[in-house]
Amino acid sequence: MRIRVGHLYPDYLNIYADRGNIAVFARRAALRGHELDVSGVSVGDELRPGEHDLLYVGGGQDREQLLVAPDLAAKGAAVQEAVAGGAALLAVCGGYQLLGRGYLGFHGEDMPGVGLFPHETVAGDRRMIGDVLLECELEPGERKTLAGFENHAGRTRLDAGAEPLGRVLAGFGNDGESGYEGCRVDHAVGTYLHGPLLPRNPWLADWLLSQALAHATGGEPPELEPLPDELEAQAHAVSAQRARDRGGRF
Amino acid sequence: MSARLAVETLAARAAARLSRLARTGGGTTIPGKLLWKLDPGAIDALAARLPQGAALVSATNGKTTTTAMVAAILGPRTRLAWNHSGANLVSGVASTLLAQRDAELGLLEVDEGALVEVARRVRPRALLLGNLFRDQLDRYGELELVAGRWRATLAALPDDTALVVNGDDPQVGDLGRDRPGTLAFGLDDPSRALPALPHAADSRHCVRCGRPYDFAAAYVGHLGDYRCPACGHARPQLDVVARDIELHGLDSASFELVLPAGTVRVRLPLPGLYNIYNAVGAAALAHSLGASLDEIRTGLEGFGAAFGRFERIVAGDKSLLVLLVKNPAGANEVVRTLVEGGAPPLLLVALNDAIADGQDVSWIWDVDLEPLLERTERLIASGGRAAELALRCTYGGLVEEALEVEPDLARALRRGLELTPPGGELVVLPTYTAMLALRDLVTEQGLVRPYWESP
Repeated sequence: MRIRVGHLYPDYLNIYADRGNIAVFARRAALRGHELDVSGVSVGDELRPGEHDLLYVGGGQDREQLLVAPDLAAKGAAVQEAVAGGAALLAVCGGYQLLGRGYLGFHGEDMPGVGLFPHETVAGDRRMIGDVLLECELEPGERKTLAGFENHAGRTRLDAGAEPLGRVLAGFGNDGESGYEGCRVDHAVGTYLHGPLLPRNPWLADWLLSQALAHATGGEPPELEPLPDELEAQAHAVSAQRARDRGGRF
Repeated sequence: MSARLAVETLAARAAARLSRLARTGGGTTIPGKLLWKLDPGAIDALAARLPQGAALVSATNGKTTTTAMVAAILGPRTRLAWNHSGANLVSGVASTLLAQRDAELGLLEVDEGALVEVARRVRPRALLLGNLFRDQLDRYGELELVAGRWRATLAALPDDTALVVNGDDPQVGDLGRDRPGTLAFGLDDPSRALPALPHAADSRHCVRCGRPYDFAAAYVGHLGDYRCPACGHARPQLDVVARDIELHGLDSASFELVLPAGTVRVRLPLPGLYNIYNAVGAAALAHSLGASLDEIRTGLEGFGAAFGRFERIVAGDKSLLVLLVKNPAGANEVVRTLVEGGAPPLLLVALNDAIADGQDVSWIWDVDLEPLLERTERLIASGGRAAELALRCTYGGLVEEALEVEPDLARALRRGLELTPPGGELVVLPTYTAMLALRDLVTEQGLVRPYWESP
């Protein structure tokens, strides 16, 4: 099966090794006999809902984020339509912020958002930097952990009733106070965790691939054949331990 | 010297001896930390005593090597207060000034983040700003933030401070634009340009208007000959240039050095384009400090490696070649240089994640390791994040059978030397704290002198 991936702003939003996440999708798809077809969608390019089974938006420095924000906001309706139509989406750090309703920067610069995730982000005076460990339950009864690294000045506040990606076991999370991290809407996941996120958290890559395959086939999300993931498990364990030892401290 | 400064100096020197006695370190920063505590203003007074003033060097990459090159040029005729082991925070600068009481000139590499404070206290007569790459974002913050701090540093310095900037770096080159007398240095040899901007290139968008630059040539990361097609912001006129560059594998490079004082061919005993940037920057700074063309050439040609940067260490009938890696731009150049010199079949790579390494290890995914891994037959992954590194390498095309994961550096080093044939060389790529640990290991085995005794 061919999985069509739309990588938004690969030339602007790539600060935290976002290409590592794309490489994980590609390899894990290939090992199950599927092919990943990645196309870049940048400033001025049209985003057509339904053309992609999976969308990816990475993180950028403030300057790059400012440069893409108006363009991304103009693509907002298309992003919302794609997700409502069942496409999977992963947004990391800056991409996660810009897919909310908006970002109020530290120097008062306002960036419009897409409005996919029900949240708003306001810059704080101290960056929240460190290792993070989350517990997630994307499928009822299946609790899994995500280990990553966060580095953000933005405090992201979810609307009442919005679904976070996970509960913070160690680290700051969305705003350093709520005890939650990230956000989920349908098959779209937004998070501050980089590292990059997916190499050491392959279960999330598989979950997103499975949703993308469902979008591609029009059927149910398939069970993917398990992989050995030994180095992945070791890397996850070290990262999780770092979060327990030193995460969530200014 | 005031009575107070004298007493504090004695106390701080005693602390350095204690630090060495206690074997907690080289004592390169402890006395400075103590002095800093006793009297933060003492650094200002120590710097003010230097009869020829002080020169500062800052950059993301290459500051230790560049500073060491300037020392090689000026050292024969000037007594230097030089922080050669790379202790480049305020405390390290204080320790250096304290230890070299009879120095004539301060020659100090300074951490990018510490530059504002050090420049305010030391009041340098000359300042070299080398380059800005993404580096340890968890510690330094984003590039714009560092550039902003540098702009503030310059605004606070008097007009007669000699400024030397890398004109090939859009952010850094722009800092000198409004200061008359600024020396801009760079490379001019399109035959050595990269085929395309690397993945980790940072300043690819115009610092003025945000449009992507057109690069007539990119030499290292985003360093090169750029022009914005929209607003015309472009590389400044270069005053100090390397052209007609030849690279000789892992051994050396040569180039024609163009200075306001004349032109000379230099044979540099270090490989790689990034070391040519270091050499041209060092030449420009030495020129602004009054060195002659001949002194500059002689200094550069007689240069040995700086601490842990392309350093060869003899280990019995084998040797280690140590190449520090710490961020994507620097690591990309190490990869490029190794590949061009004939990539080694065996590698020891050590990834730590202490504060000095950057706690965020995501940068290893931004390094283009692939050309090196294509040729690697065996890779020993070590350090606190060995598994993460190994995982990155499998994504870079290395088969799992070619990998050995050994987080413990002592065991990894033993294994690496065991796999190295007699007369052979083990190439080691450590992050900063892994490099220090590695030096401790080889020092314990009596292979090198402790770093506080060199050079």
